[in-house]
Amino acid sequence: MTTATTGESTRPASSRAQDPARPRTKRAYNRDRRRSNLLTVILWLLALYFILPIAWLAIASTKDNADLFSTFGYAFGHFNLFQNLQDVFTTSNGIYLQWALNTVIYAAVSAIGASFLATMAGYAFAKYRFPGAKILFSVVLGAIMIPLTALALPTYLIFSQFGITNTPIAVIVPSLVSPFGVFLMRVYAADAIPDSMIEAARVDGAGEFRIFWQVGLRLLGPGIVTVFLFALVATWNNYFLPLIMLNSSNLYPLTVGLAQQQATSAGGGGSQALFSTVITGSAVSIVPLIIAFLFLQRYWQTGLASGSVKE
Amino acid sequence: MTQTVAAPSRASTGARRRTNANQRRQNRAAYLFVAPFMLVFVLMLLVPLFYSGYLSLFATRLIGGSQFAWLTNYIRAFTDADFLAGVGRMGLFLVIQVPIMLCLALFLALAIDSGRARGAGAIRLLVFLPYAVPGVVATLMWGYLYGQDFGPIAQVFRALGFGAPNLLSASTILGSIMNIVTWEFVGYNMIIMYAALRSIPSELFEAAEIDGAGQFRIAWSIKIPAIRPAIMLTVIFSIIGTFQLFNEPSLLKGLAPNVIDNAFTPNYYAYNLAFINQDVNYAAAIAFLLGIVIAIVSYVVQLSTQRREARAS
Repeated sequence: MTTATTGESTRPASSRAQDPARPRTKRAYNRDRRRSNLLTVILWLLALYFILPIAWLAIASTKDNADLFSTFGYAFGHFNLFQNLQDVFTTSNGIYLQWALNTVIYAAVSAIGASFLATMAGYAFAKYRFPGAKILFSVVLGAIMIPLTALALPTYLIFSQFGITNTPIAVIVPSLVSPFGVFLMRVYAADAIPDSMIEAARVDGAGEFRIFWQVGLRLLGPGIVTVFLFALVATWNNYFLPLIMLNSSNLYPLTVGLAQQQATSAGGGGSQALFSTVITGSAVSIVPLIIAFLFLQRYWQTGLASGSVKE
Repeated sequence: MTQTVAAPSRASTGARRRTNANQRRQNRAAYLFVAPFMLVFVLMLLVPLFYSGYLSLFATRLIGGSQFAWLTNYIRAFTDADFLAGVGRMGLFLVIQVPIMLCLALFLALAIDSGRARGAGAIRLLVFLPYAVPGVVATLMWGYLYGQDFGPIAQVFRALGFGAPNLLSASTILGSIMNIVTWEFVGYNMIIMYAALRSIPSELFEAAEIDGAGQFRIAWSIKIPAIRPAIMLTVIFSIIGTFQLFNEPSLLKGLAPNVIDNAFTPNYYAYNLAFINQDVNYAAAIAFLLGIVIAIVSYVVQLSTQRREARAS
């Protein structure tokens, strides 16, 4: 990969001809451009493909089991949402709440830890020239390509020798490594923190850690949110790792728990009543992440756009 | 590669000693910043990786326990019809699903970026939404949607007077899984491409527009080449993701037990070998082989695009 070049050097020669007084607001010229109705229609039709399954899930979570199988998927039946919710949270002595809590803990601790480690490392790779930096970064970059599978199994075997399988540690610690996060942070930090600002802080006598803490972290905000959200989604949605690491159901995250509930209800055996519970439980489980993305969208989109993928 | 802060270019020799001391202090700080990540990285990534490679060279026999077996496991894998079928399936995935997904993502990113559609911001979020849905939930959901008796797809087909298609049969299951994966990841890829599009200096295509270039021409000749690194990133991530497919086959197996076998995808096969068959060594070999295949495919893709770029320039 190449160095993330900061602004000016990437400007094309043609831009020099422009009126220098003109403000460089990037997309201002877009606003007064003609809209295309055809494109609007095509895009909204495509958007339907992405939204219809979620809409089905939302509608299905309001139905009781009988309606689930007797009404059209996108029609409402008897409004049974509150009963379903009650079932979700009371089935098997409220194990769902335990799973939700586990998910929150695993995901939050992993994501905070992963983004903290990635931020420090990415900042150092971007802003310091130290012996070995190049080789270390290449190794980290290469690790993006290592498939989880190749790691999960030996990690499990190592953990079982130390007796830490079937504990939260077994799910959290492997999730702390985010090579992609380091990559994002390095590119982001290179762009977002002017070298002159670090120099100025040094001249003022600030130590390296104080500079990182008080100057770096403040400027890295959107980048950190981006890495945090991607790490959060990765652990929140992780199924493979907890599936192999955990075997007591009160340690499960939602993904493993829901999959087991689904297997039980699909397996028949008179437990058909679980279908509406699984569906409602699934619907509930996706709400927090969607809220997180909506609330933080301003930050993570800035984080991605202002440099992170500009190689 | 890395951007430097401490440019040790101060000419005066008197300051050199202080500069060296500063450089040392900065080096130390840099190592301390990098150390926590590298520690976890080595423990959770490199150690398991090498352990996996080590394990794959052994075989457990009924008599004599674990023995060094050279490349027996790898030779076994290359003659294992189940494993090869799984790899073939993933190859099919790679040539069908990945291009469809990425082209759709690219089209959406370009269309939203062009600013010509109404409600582009809302569309961007809606398309991205499935990424926030766990793969497990997405698969459960699509499993219901595919259902032949009560799934809405079948209901619509029946209402239109066609027979309900069986989306979970041997001939359709791969397509059904491709659809789930596409649904989940178009938005993610679109966002990466879109972010890259936003960072193209707009002067580039403003000038082209003044010269009379149309939107398609601008997209093809300016925007797509400009975001090539981001597109490459999505290609590599898609290759990695494809070979790691696990959630979808393992969950759909409940709905279509006779259609999905234990080796449906290499990853699922490795899991079954390790945890059902208790053949850890062979599973490690499969997992390792998978890693090598991914590395080679990613490398070849990167190399071929680099060569094309070199030829173009």
